[in-house]
Amino acid sequence: MTRLERNERLIKIALFVIACSAVSILAVITIFIFSEGTPIMFKYGLRSFLLGLDWYPSEQSFGLLPMIIGSVMVTFGSLLVGVPFGLACAIFLTEFSSRRLRHILKPIIELLAGIPSVVYGFIGVVILVPFIRETLGGPGLSVLAASIILGIMILPTIISISIDSLQAVPRSYREGSIALGATKWQTTKMVILPAAKSGIIASIILGMGRAIGETMAVIMIAGNAINIPRSVLDPVRTLTSNIALEMGYASGEHRQALFATGVILFIIIMILNTIANATSVKGKAAK
Amino acid sequence: MSDRIIQTDNFSHYFGAIQTLKNINLEVRRNEILGIIGPAGSGKSTFLRALNRLNDLTYGSRIEGTIKIDGQDIYAPGTSIVELRRKLGMVFATPIPLPRSIYENVAFGAKMAGIKSKSELNELVTDCLVKTTLFEEVKDRLDSSATKLSGGQQQRLCIARILALKPEFILLDEPCSGLDPISTMKIEESLRQLKNEYTIILVTNNTKQAARVADRTAFFLNGELIEIGQTEKIFTTPADQRTNDYISGRFG
Repeated sequence: MTRLERNERLIKIALFVIACSAVSILAVITIFIFSEGTPIMFKYGLRSFLLGLDWYPSEQSFGLLPMIIGSVMVTFGSLLVGVPFGLACAIFLTEFSSRRLRHILKPIIELLAGIPSVVYGFIGVVILVPFIRETLGGPGLSVLAASIILGIMILPTIISISIDSLQAVPRSYREGSIALGATKWQTTKMVILPAAKSGIIASIILGMGRAIGETMAVIMIAGNAINIPRSVLDPVRTLTSNIALEMGYASGEHRQALFATGVILFIIIMILNTIANATSVKGKAAK
Repeated sequence: MSDRIIQTDNFSHYFGAIQTLKNINLEVRRNEILGIIGPAGSGKSTFLRALNRLNDLTYGSRIEGTIKIDGQDIYAPGTSIVELRRKLGMVFATPIPLPRSIYENVAFGAKMAGIKSKSELNELVTDCLVKTTLFEEVKDRLDSSATKLSGGQQQRLCIARILALKPEFILLDEPCSGLDPISTMKIEESLRQLKNEYTIILVTNNTKQAARVADRTAFFLNGELIEIGQTEKIFTTPADQRTNDYISGRFG
């Protein structure tokens, strides 16, 4: 074996160890959350956790249903705001804008992802919440406010992944349709969007994962009251907010119940990621 | 009505700083098959794509001179590009069926043009498939995906799809380059029949194909039109030495 080959082998081993450590960190976190969170779930019964309406940790009442509903409402609300907006942006930038405009706008949109979430929350508290309180009523801190801010926060994810999948549609599809006398919009609607479908779905699911996991901005603008909201103007608490708000002073079973909250969140996000991977892999296999 | 339905006048085309067509002057006559031959990069495809303004989609595309179709300057401001493209149906080198069913592929253009009646569409689809001799082969599976057809069938489907637009012209850009001799023969046969109703421009890398089906043939080289004339004359007594060299296989 020459020296070069020996070096090659060393580098390979070193990189392998580094790659393993990244994976093992994930494994450690997973094991930790589950070992801390699952015992209490089984002690009081899964049912009382998932379907219980009351969260009084000091009285051994750990109902997470309001928070689960809260997370679901805020997440879907953010999709209602972010998906039409983001998809329209992506379609405009790939199919209708000039190349120069796209080169200017795409990096700017991606910059949105770099704004810290506390800043989004701050803007929500200072501008959006008072606006909702004055025009629509209610406390302002609400499902609606959280949905709008989260909808904006998931835009970069949706836009950039949708743009990538729209651009991956073969040029020949576009030309074929255009040469048949279809307008750009007809081409987009009937040829490009169906062909890019799997990538667009993946972008929506990844945006959803981001929305469901977001904590800081949501704490600042969702109101955090533990009840099932009757309208979008009511305040709400999400799973993530629940952990972040109470972890500081929780101990004993209360602390374990917060880990149980984490377990539920973890499972929801895992399911979403698996769906996202499956749809994008399926899309690639189809091409 | 004049017989010269396409007339180009000192037409030049550029991609950025590169000139791809130089002062092209030629005319296309009603119900003829005009063959365009020339080596790769000679500008023959660019010329074809200039006729339905498909080059417009490419960044940096620019023209000089005019192309008139039925007396109308197609690059004049206010021209409806969508109508122009419906009038000049285009078939590409690689058959590109849209990722939809056979039926949908043929009906696509007609639907774009606003035809909604189911019976009218059915009739149109059948008619177009019959004209391209595809109907017998696919009549039992019109709803299956068009991407499952063989290469030759896909190419005939693409021609059928064009016919559904009721165009005046059919532009073919090396339609048989990826096909076996039997499929090629079938396509050439349908072109000879389609000539009665349409005016056809056939860009081909295969000089023998031009000799077989074209009424007149044009020879392009490095963006210039070297020679155009009756096919027999081009292939037997060409006026230009370069044409002679090309068709006898000395280059290209």
